[in-house]
Amino acid sequence: MISQVFILSSQGDHLIYKDFRGEAGKEAINIFYEKVTALTGDQPPVVMSHKELHFVHVRQGGLYWVATTTADASPFMAIEFLNRLSGLIKDYCGDLTEKCVRMNFALIYELLDEVIDYGYIQTTSTDILKNFIQTEAVTSKPFSLFDLSNVGLFGAETQQSKVAPSAAATRPIMSSRGEQGGKPEIFVDVIERMSVVLGATGVLMKADVEGEIRVKCYMPSCSEMRIGLNEEFSIGKSQLRGYGAAVRVDECRFHPAVKLDEFDTYRILKVCPSQGEQTIMQYQLCDDLPTAPPFRLYPTIERDTGGRLMMYLKLRCDLPPKSAAINVSVTIPIPKGSLSLSLELSSPDQSAELQAKNKAIHWEIPRFPGGAQLSALFKLEVPGLSSASMMEVGPVSLSFELPKYTCTGLQIRFLRLTPVQPGLSQRWVRYVTHSDSYTIRV
Amino acid sequence: MPFLGSEETVRELKRALSNPNVQSDHLRYRNTILRVIRVMSQGVDVSALFSEMVKACATADIVQKKLVYVFLCSYASLNPELSLLVINTLRKDCQDPNPMVRSLALRNMTNLRLPSLLEYVGQPLTAGLRDRAACVRRVAVLGWAKLHNLQASSDIDSTVVNELYSLLRDQDPVVMVNCLRALDEILKEESGVAINKPIAHHLLNRLKECDVWGQSEVLRVLQRYAPQCEDELFDILSLLDPFLLSPHPSVMAATLSLFLSLCSSLPAMCVSALERGRGPLLAACGSASREMRFAALCHIQLLLRSLPGLVGAHYKRFFCGYAEPAYIKQRKMQVLVELVNDENVTLVMDELKGYCTDVNTDTAQAAISAIGRIGRSYSDQCLEILTGLLGLKQEHITSTVVQTLRDLVWVCPQCSDAVCVALEGCEETLQDSQGRQALLWLLGVYGERVSSAPYVLEGFIDGVRGEVSPGVKTELLTTSVRLFLSRPAETQDMLGRLLHYCIEEETDMCVRDQALLYYRLLHCGIEETRKVLQGRKSDPSLGVLIGRPAEAISQWASCFDTLEPLVQKAAMPESSCRGSPEKRSSACLSPIPDLQPLTPSRAQDTPTSQSASARSTAAGLLPVSSQSAFSLSLSPALGAEEFERLWLRQHTEEKEEEEEEVTLRECVSCPAPCCSSHSLQAALQLVSIQTLAVTPPHTLPWRVYLYTHTASAARASASGPGSLVLGELLYAGAREDQEGEASISVDGESEGRKEGTEERKGVAVTLRQRAGNDDVLRVCLSVLITVLNTLSPEKD
Repeated sequence: MISQVFILSSQGDHLIYKDFRGEAGKEAINIFYEKVTALTGDQPPVVMSHKELHFVHVRQGGLYWVATTTADASPFMAIEFLNRLSGLIKDYCGDLTEKCVRMNFALIYELLDEVIDYGYIQTTSTDILKNFIQTEAVTSKPFSLFDLSNVGLFGAETQQSKVAPSAAATRPIMSSRGEQGGKPEIFVDVIERMSVVLGATGVLMKADVEGEIRVKCYMPSCSEMRIGLNEEFSIGKSQLRGYGAAVRVDECRFHPAVKLDEFDTYRILKVCPSQGEQTIMQYQLCDDLPTAPPFRLYPTIERDTGGRLMMYLKLRCDLPPKSAAINVSVTIPIPKGSLSLSLELSSPDQSAELQAKNKAIHWEIPRFPGGAQLSALFKLEVPGLSSASMMEVGPVSLSFELPKYTCTGLQIRFLRLTPVQPGLSQRWVRYVTHSDSYTIRV
Repeated sequence: MPFLGSEETVRELKRALSNPNVQSDHLRYRNTILRVIRVMSQGVDVSALFSEMVKACATADIVQKKLVYVFLCSYASLNPELSLLVINTLRKDCQDPNPMVRSLALRNMTNLRLPSLLEYVGQPLTAGLRDRAACVRRVAVLGWAKLHNLQASSDIDSTVVNELYSLLRDQDPVVMVNCLRALDEILKEESGVAINKPIAHHLLNRLKECDVWGQSEVLRVLQRYAPQCEDELFDILSLLDPFLLSPHPSVMAATLSLFLSLCSSLPAMCVSALERGRGPLLAACGSASREMRFAALCHIQLLLRSLPGLVGAHYKRFFCGYAEPAYIKQRKMQVLVELVNDENVTLVMDELKGYCTDVNTDTAQAAISAIGRIGRSYSDQCLEILTGLLGLKQEHITSTVVQTLRDLVWVCPQCSDAVCVALEGCEETLQDSQGRQALLWLLGVYGERVSSAPYVLEGFIDGVRGEVSPGVKTELLTTSVRLFLSRPAETQDMLGRLLHYCIEEETDMCVRDQALLYYRLLHCGIEETRKVLQGRKSDPSLGVLIGRPAEAISQWASCFDTLEPLVQKAAMPESSCRGSPEKRSSACLSPIPDLQPLTPSRAQDTPTSQSASARSTAAGLLPVSSQSAFSLSLSPALGAEEFERLWLRQHTEEKEEEEEEVTLRECVSCPAPCCSSHSLQAALQLVSIQTLAVTPPHTLPWRVYLYTHTASAARASASGPGSLVLGELLYAGAREDQEGEASISVDGESEGRKEGTEERKGVAVTLRQRAGNDDVLRVCLSVLITVLNTLSPEKD
């Protein structure tokens, strides 16, 4: 049971406030904000209580999404609801920023009114909600040169329109106007998050992959969609069949609306996607990667005669040559007393800097093609460098994005709408692997 | 945030709303209303616009209607009279052919929360229950719940209740779930909606049709149903089984919770259900939403209390991601500590070692403490890492390491050699009082083995004038006297200086009193001093990390899937401990034979840290994490007059005052203390109980007045009257036989005391705490008993 829902900006501005049961006053917002800002580092912030009030909150898009509940409420339900609410608002408003929430407050109030009645969650399905929601989303299109790039000379369409513009999937699901509006598109995203720990000797200590297939549908009514996965896709250890490069996951869970009658034999998922975004399949792979981990590090760390710390890092990307990692950022913790950094990087587009506050060097690589090897030489001025200080170097952590790549090898063979709708609809399949946590010990 | 010029804005909006030109143009009208709602949600008081908004309600534009209702529902209670004007529009809307308009009107009619409108609401609600459109029925069902809560006194017609029960069979699953919710609220006094066999089976069969939220709700309600026979139970369980694997954590948790309550008498079923639910729970631990991760981690901790091996094979899932927030990292480390075994200890230690140098000091300290806790079972690997960390010479790391070493030595005395070596030279980096206290304690206890101990101590004593923390000063006093006992030649001079300073110049009474105590103790002779000061050096019984007997699932089943596991304080021992281990352990760990029967009211309470620690003490296997949850302390000091005043006031006014004062009745035989008053005082002080007045030994009646403060880690700052415990020991003399059989009865009333003394012929103890709690007093009492027991051989 949810007594109130409110959304605050990170500065504590009231963006949305709705009281469903009249049990607690509006001062709850300020109580919450005072409590959440007064927390020290080691206090878990998710659930806080003040007298009879219990706040459950999540952070999404830099905003606080707060629900007040009773003590015996299910935390899973409250957290899942708040996440779903932010997802809904993202679907309806196109984006999830403070500005967006501010502009669309009327729409959000309307949504909240339909989603919760008297503190009880009624529905969060876009299929039902679309019958009730009347307000249209207000979007602000920032002027961008990218938008112009699609338009050729004298307005002629250029080749690039074969690729979905990056902003295509961040627009409201219901809009009747605008150049993108009403375009019947379906995006199927395969998103994987990998968390890897590599030992100092290069041994794979831990490798977990969490993946999901997300469907974002902009069609007001969609017929059944058939999604074909790799035929050699197998679940669990026992199911490995034959030799060949099987795509294996440990556990797999499906959205209740997914029909699995053809899954066992043909690996086909059948689903009627409702408008907006939904996760139709989640899977996990533990302690096993079908391919080599995407990055390896060969560090040489020594003290030179002048009391400086020399770090020579070779970073190799073991992706297939066609793929590339983007936005690679390497964080190398360094001894506390480090004063200055001099560096040599192997190409000019990389950058590295010393962040004194975090005691770390950040090494940024905008694009890192598969099979390549980059190197960096960092010389650190550390007064009073002792052999114990070497313990403070590492573990190195990487964050990156691997577009068009899944580390489990999961692929979507085909995407069919049955019965085939008149050729208007556009279907996009996108793959991406994110680093949840990629740590290399040195 | 209200901003300046808000009055001006409201006035301008009022003008715009009443402007006929705006009213006639419906887009402009709607935009003006939009602006009203916008300033309203920014926190501006726009109640002055009420009458204008009431007028704006009569419109065909649904968006405008919705906006106006948002406004009206917020301000209706301020303007009950004007709100009556809306009711006509609303009632008319209830007849509208469009179901959306009907449901909207019905919902907002009940949301106005005005008792004066009730008479108009009943009829549309009754009609709403029979509406063709499901969305209207949904609203109408909940409308009755709202109505009931608004006029709690008058009962809702029983025909409505019956109608709601029959609507449980409605086609629409949301209507069905709403009926459950509404009946639950309406029948709150009769402990909610009644679930009989047909209803339960109906709900179970329709569970699949509901959405996630409905499923969680139905599963929750079903906990009230008790299947009649085992066959039925197993039918239900197999129906529920697929929901255990739901991709939605809320459904999974609700199902698991239902399993636990259904199978409460079948522990084997519970275990297999938990094993089925492990996969989804672990998946939630890796969820993209960090809040969900946290909730799942907290629940995993709960499961580990009963099934320590449940997630053992998946320990790598609890390695921290580098970008995770500190609170998740700390939880993960707590889980990791529980999962350590012979095979994975090296890997886990390696991983934890990486966190020790984290930028976030909280994380670093938590990692060091976690290593210390693993060290209780695997001390070699642990000591190697910890001593290595000392080489970093960083303030927060050294401090935590020294505290961890102190706690480790207390549990594993075999580590002391390595610790003594490691201690050399770390006094330079220690800055905070906790760390220095730990170092001093170690020097005091193992001083003869640390070659530089006197020099370190000298440094402390030379700097005592600039010392701010009384804790460090008292620890310094104890350490100096202890070191004097083991290495008199090197320490005599500086001990003299320290005592002189503390007695002559110190302003803190506790420190001064302690110095006086040691001074007099030394007068009594070295042997006497040794007896008092050289207590136990370790308590290996604490080191039960592996093989800790598992708790019964029923202990925590009731708080599964509630907020409770998430708010429980993350009690890492070192983060909140104060003082030396012997003080803490004596407060918590002395054998308490009669702690078991907790009063039922307390046991049902949400366990506070005190009762939790007391309960686990009773079981004799206090997890060290809650060790510091409760401790005694001497400060603030209490004067004799103040004590007398409080004591007498409590004595006389206790009957009239409604303030809950706790006294506790206890009869434990223990030998009578016939030792000197000095040693008694010193002994009690070691466990942080201050004696105020003592009659000389062998005089009858023999009396001692004492006091102490209880401090719990959860509310360390609570130094109000609630934390003060006053006590009296009275030994009326064993009349028949002069044996030292003493009994302790804790009671404020004189008759009770007399009874106790006459029956048991011994010491009567009265302990009192204002606004206190029973468990705390029991712990105090047990501490007292232990002290008295320890002192008793002196009589022979």
